[in-house]
Amino acid sequence: MKLTDAEQAMYDGRDGPARQKAMDLLVRYGEALGAERLVQTNNVAGAFNASTPSVRELVKKGYDAVFSELNLDSQEIVEIPKMRANTCQLITGIDNDNWHIQGIPQDLVEQQKKAEKHFGALGINMFATCTPYQVGNVPVKGEHCAWMESSAVVYCNSVLGARTNTEGKESTGAAALTGRIPYWGYHIPENRRGTHLVEVDVEVDDIMDWGLLGYYVGEIVQEEIPVLTGKLLNPSLIKFKHFGAAAASSGGVEMYHIPGVTPEARDIEEAFSGRKMVEKIRYGAAERKLAYDRLNCADNRDVDFVMLGCPHNAIEQVSLIALMLEGKKLHANTQLWVHTPRALREVADRNGYVKMITDAGGVVMSDTCPAISRYAPKGTKVIATDSAKQAHYLPAILGLPVWFGTVKDCVNTALTGRWQGGLQ
Amino acid sequence: MTTALANNKIVLHGRKVVGGVAEGEALVTNDTISGWGGINEREGTVIERRHELRGVSFKDKILVFPGAKGSSGWSAYFHMTRLNGVKPKAMIFNTMTTKIALGAVVTHSPAVTELDQDPLKVIETGDWVKVDADNGIVEVTKRSKA
Repeated sequence: MKLTDAEQAMYDGRDGPARQKAMDLLVRYGEALGAERLVQTNNVAGAFNASTPSVRELVKKGYDAVFSELNLDSQEIVEIPKMRANTCQLITGIDNDNWHIQGIPQDLVEQQKKAEKHFGALGINMFATCTPYQVGNVPVKGEHCAWMESSAVVYCNSVLGARTNTEGKESTGAAALTGRIPYWGYHIPENRRGTHLVEVDVEVDDIMDWGLLGYYVGEIVQEEIPVLTGKLLNPSLIKFKHFGAAAASSGGVEMYHIPGVTPEARDIEEAFSGRKMVEKIRYGAAERKLAYDRLNCADNRDVDFVMLGCPHNAIEQVSLIALMLEGKKLHANTQLWVHTPRALREVADRNGYVKMITDAGGVVMSDTCPAISRYAPKGTKVIATDSAKQAHYLPAILGLPVWFGTVKDCVNTALTGRWQGGLQ
Repeated sequence: MTTALANNKIVLHGRKVVGGVAEGEALVTNDTISGWGGINEREGTVIERRHELRGVSFKDKILVFPGAKGSSGWSAYFHMTRLNGVKPKAMIFNTMTTKIALGAVVTHSPAVTELDQDPLKVIETGDWVKVDADNGIVEVTKRSKA
């Protein structure tokens, strides 16, 4: 791989051992990819927390050891200096306030809080959400980023027109220290063009329907780039957030185009820009039902846990849930967790939404989600959620059956204790 | 070029992703693999609900698969299979992505891609496979005739 003088200097250790290890990893990674060079980035979103049971032993050796091994793939412990690129922390395993409701052991909570102080002082901003684009990190069109979190990556590329591959814990660590990432994949304009045309023949408007469409399309196109046309109604941040998360769960979609809506596709021609179409896909009532059936693996209608907010809820979603719950009480056997970024929880609190939800018996959580933390309320047997991503992952991660439906289905389920959904 | 040798050996040629040499029993799947949410990093097993390897361990196996999918936690989870001593002995895959490239790099197991024949068609679970990643050579001894 070709390095600039500044990169070569880091590689040779002239900027200290941590940046030397970071460059070493970027070169090994770049060569594995077949990249020819690196590109500058000043926008990194990664995972730097040290709060999972797996890292308990490593933490005893200190945070330099944690970052060296898990964020730089270095078995030699190097002293970690301040980050060089603007960097933020994505979602974590622990809600710093509601950890006792999650059931997290206190030593892990203390570990996370100490780690946050340490890494925070090194310049890692503790957004603690899977949706940094909801709380102030909104890259501009064409900006080179190094982001983790598949649902954020697909949003960054498709909706914002910024450029990132799906990075990992180690590559974001190296990028944060060096301000570099391999110039490969979605950083290169030619690789951002469409591959599949999806003709949507049923109306897709509700959040659930955007999730179903994403889940169906992701499974077919896998890592490729769908171009969606047809009855796509009222696109918005919330709907794109759900669509992308679903498509990145059933497949590995990192970019899509909606001609006339997303920034790199004024029309179908621009979406493909001369790239040969691999396949034309039709999405109609039968495909919608197939996606719905795949996401619903439960058969017991008694639901003891309802989870809302994956990817983390926008304030409008928190507001909708709060108004549906106002003056009501959850069913005695059912718990409700509503997840939103900490910055938006502050707004929800000022608006009175948090009180409406907690008065009904629900919990407003931040910083985490059940799939990341691997915690659900103790004794949970059946889960309901409005998120295709959680419905995809929770059966594997927690070993529990899941119902998937609309926000309204889920809130009504929390109020009655019985699954209220079904395909209309 | 693919070479068929007399004693039911097949040799494939490809590109190094991570250097090194390893040999062992093949574990082959036509399904892409998720890291986070797709494997148990303490046991080295696939846990995804509709995956054909659900419940099967890749520990010490030569893992042959189409590629990676799903969460960006892919590399971190395969990284942890190494720290937990349950990583695959080598990886052979078809589709290059950032998830699999970084995942292979941090797993520290030999890995190859871009083979001159589809490894998913040539290699079957149980075959004995030697991966010489430095030279991009995969040597397959078929189990059935061995």
